[in-house]
Amino acid sequence: MTNPEPDALQGLRVRPYMVTGGRTRSAVELPLEAIIRVTPEGQKAVDSLNLEPRQIVDLCHQPLSIAEVSAHLRLHLQVAKVLVGDLVHAGYLATHTASADATDRPDLQLLERVLDGLQSL
Amino acid sequence: MSANPIPVKIVVAGGFAVGKTTFVSAISDIEPLTTEAAMTKVSEGIDDFGDAKTKKSTTVAMDFGRVGLSEELVLYLFGTPGQDRFHFMWDELVRGAIGAAVLVDTGRIDQCFPAIDYMENAGVPFIVAINAFDGMLRHHPEDVREALDLPRHVPVVVTDARHRAAVRDTLVALVRHAMTMANAV
Repeated sequence: MTNPEPDALQGLRVRPYMVTGGRTRSAVELPLEAIIRVTPEGQKAVDSLNLEPRQIVDLCHQPLSIAEVSAHLRLHLQVAKVLVGDLVHAGYLATHTASADATDRPDLQLLERVLDGLQSL
Repeated sequence: MSANPIPVKIVVAGGFAVGKTTFVSAISDIEPLTTEAAMTKVSEGIDDFGDAKTKKSTTVAMDFGRVGLSEELVLYLFGTPGQDRFHFMWDELVRGAIGAAVLVDTGRIDQCFPAIDYMENAGVPFIVAINAFDGMLRHHPEDVREALDLPRHVPVVVTDARHRAAVRDTLVALVRHAMTMANAV
């Protein structure tokens, strides 16, 4: 399934490995370090969501990575990735990292910024 | 609402109990967190193993930390799961990573071989960081280079996973190396 309806977020059972409806991929594929944050639409929709998606939206009032969401909510990483992908697809979460095909290394400009940041620690 | 920060990541690899979580914890803004991944139906690429034994459900835990570098930049440090059979997770960890710091305990130098083999094969920029646990360096870095049969361009540094400044310097060395590698392409 590559194009889940936002409604899928409301209709799922909440049980480990079942919360994604058996799906191992979402329409939006994100790396585990992708940083996400709730959108105004997500804030409006939060009460209509199932348990895990609602917990994710509640948690992401501050920017957090998918790995952090997984750790805080004790969701397996892959499950967190699918749920977050669905929420991004639905417009309830926004992410800076647009896609998971970050197979390339960070470019020199970004590395310079990382170096500056580390040296100022 | 301001834009989300940009995430970057560095992988901290090495053998079992070499001090990976200590290393992460020394510089992380938060207590290291643990995320679990399952190596079952939900894991892609499982067929790569071609080994029926690995097809039962296995959970692998990864410790990670977070370092705010600026308003717009957050560095995540991911410790690799130690055992070889968890290499499926490494593919995801190194994807898009700046590079890897491979920690070495000179008392058990062979334990870092799998990590070095992996990073070399995957083309991930990496440095070798000798963790001088007791402040004593039992082997000279050049001896370690020789023992590991490392190419000349791979930096070998001495670190202390318990100390923030030493960890920071190790990460600086890795980022500089990654920049050299990026320039060489």
